[in-house]
Amino acid sequence: MATNPFERAGSSGTITRPPSGGELTTDSVFRGIAYVCAALIVVLTALILWELGKEAMPAISKYGLGFWYGTTWDVNKGVFGVLPEIWGTLYSSLLALLLGGVFGISIAIFLTQDFIHAKLAVVFRTIVELLAAIPSVVYGLWGIYVLIPMIRPGAEWLHQHFGWVPFFSTDLSGPGMAPAALVLAIMILPTVAAISVDAFRRIPYKVKEAAYGMGTTKWEAILKVMLPTASSGILAALVLGFGRALGETMALAMLIGNANQINLSLFAPANTLASLLASSFPEAGGIEVQALMYAALVLLLITFIVNVAGLAVQQYTVRKFEGKA
Amino acid sequence: MQSVRSVACAAAAFALLAVSAAEGADSADSAEGDLVIRGAGATFPQPLYEEWISAYAEQAPGVRFEYAGVGSGKGTALFLAGKDPDGKVFDGADVDFGASDAALSDKDLAQVGERGAVMVPTTGGIVALAYNLPGVDELKLSRAAVQGIFTGTIKSWNDPIIAAANPGVTLPSKTVTPVVRRDSSGTTFIMTSHLAAAFPAWRDVAGVAKQLDWPGNTMKVNYNEGVAQRVKISTGSIGYMEYQFAKRLGLPMAMIENKAGELVAPTPESGTAALASAQEVPDDLRVFVPDPPGDGAYPIVGYTWLLLYQSYPDAAKREALKGAVLWGLADGQPIAEEMGYIPLPEDMVEMARAKVEAVY
Repeated sequence: MATNPFERAGSSGTITRPPSGGELTTDSVFRGIAYVCAALIVVLTALILWELGKEAMPAISKYGLGFWYGTTWDVNKGVFGVLPEIWGTLYSSLLALLLGGVFGISIAIFLTQDFIHAKLAVVFRTIVELLAAIPSVVYGLWGIYVLIPMIRPGAEWLHQHFGWVPFFSTDLSGPGMAPAALVLAIMILPTVAAISVDAFRRIPYKVKEAAYGMGTTKWEAILKVMLPTASSGILAALVLGFGRALGETMALAMLIGNANQINLSLFAPANTLASLLASSFPEAGGIEVQALMYAALVLLLITFIVNVAGLAVQQYTVRKFEGKA
Repeated sequence: MQSVRSVACAAAAFALLAVSAAEGADSADSAEGDLVIRGAGATFPQPLYEEWISAYAEQAPGVRFEYAGVGSGKGTALFLAGKDPDGKVFDGADVDFGASDAALSDKDLAQVGERGAVMVPTTGGIVALAYNLPGVDELKLSRAAVQGIFTGTIKSWNDPIIAAANPGVTLPSKTVTPVVRRDSSGTTFIMTSHLAAAFPAWRDVAGVAKQLDWPGNTMKVNYNEGVAQRVKISTGSIGYMEYQFAKRLGLPMAMIENKAGELVAPTPESGTAALASAQEVPDDLRVFVPDPPGDGAYPIVGYTWLLLYQSYPDAAKREALKGAVLWGLADGQPIAEEMGYIPLPEDMVEMARAKVEAVY
């Protein structure tokens, strides 16, 4: 006679039992909520895209691809182009990424690679993360009243002595590319630092011990073992930071100078897509609104491309440095 | 999960924002007892209108005037539409009068419709070129210098063209950064009218308009106060703005060469001299003085206009508005002078008064 070996286990008096009706309901309700949340993200993104596209449609059909490489923004004549803004957006974000990236990763190494006591590292990390809590407009005001007067003498010196270098071909009047990029770098610093710290923390301590065991110095271990192993996490940090820099609006609208020009000079005023939107939208009407919607789509597309490219590079490094498929 | 949730929240907030912005157009007139008369337009005379409104409040209890400084371009558009179709200005309530530094163009006049429009000059204003050059307390700009700065051909402050008019002044080798208006503005109209009148070649560069794509290394800022603020924080910058805004922030203002070849500083006196040199006044009171010829006349001046409808169906509103404008043309003029605007010439006051009386 066949007996159910689990019968005894399933009966009362033991701790195992089949899930009750209540548990099954909770489980499926929770799963439903999770699905709805996930779907909501997709739906909302699609809705925003659709709405933007609908508003921008007249401008898209009227200006087409010329909008991307046009350099005039003349409401009166109805001529619109955003090349200077695309340039300003990418230039400022890249500069910020360069500065913020180097600093952020250095901070992460400093905090995780036994340079300071673990408790002190927590304090440092909290302070860095506090930077993320400062409102954008405060950064803008700080940039105008503290940063610009502070870097002006240095900028003047560079312009006078190295004026032949394209990067220093104008002097810093006030708002311009350099203060904007510096403030952006500070703004993306907490993102880059916090995620890089996590990336380093995820590496088992054994990896470092093994490196030491093979006779590496501390810096060889950090640069040749730890950094490559954490590289996918660090890249994710950089991509997130770059995305934040691309879309930053308020501080940049206050600091970039709003000049419709393409200039290599670090001290010349420029403009970005987000600050064009912020400063033009309140006053815009008619065709300018459609052109601004088109500009918003351009910004969205650039951000999308950057994120996809970042993801691709990240997957490549995971394969190359971390040996995962 | 954490990041998923925050993304969803952000997206939801964004969607909400978009919806509320789209549907904010339908809030109604919320007058409680008081008769509210609303106007919108130029920022150039805004300090004066605000002063008038508070001074006139004692004369006419029960009537409240509201003025929104949205720029001449937007003000004209609101006046033509009768209200803000987007519902942003005054929450979409009726706009009873407009204000513009560029009057109404013939094209605008054609759009007014059956209510008709009257243009009433209220005061004259000076457009000052305020600059920020540490160590340079007095700057003289010849016509060639003004042209070079705003067409972008003069790139450095120690350019020989600027230096020629400033003997004995050490000009720094700083980059010239003009600051201009980004929004549609009557101040820009007055400025470009002068540039076009003084330099025929200007029309090839940009032309006369309330809003344009300025050439060269220019910073674009919204509103008169924005331009003044930007000049204040940017060394090597020079911006055009209504005299009051420069004076309020203590910015130095350049002396400019007029048609007679004199270098004239912006003052109420030189402005009055400029307006007085206007030739004959047309019937619709649209007078522009893009390049006044008189002695001692400051070259960049203009009138600013209130835009009234020819007819107001609401009698109470009509009488209150007429009373206020007539008061502004009479008792308001000394206030204008005190604030650094140019009071209207006598005969202009008479003509303007007749225009207001004719509103029915």
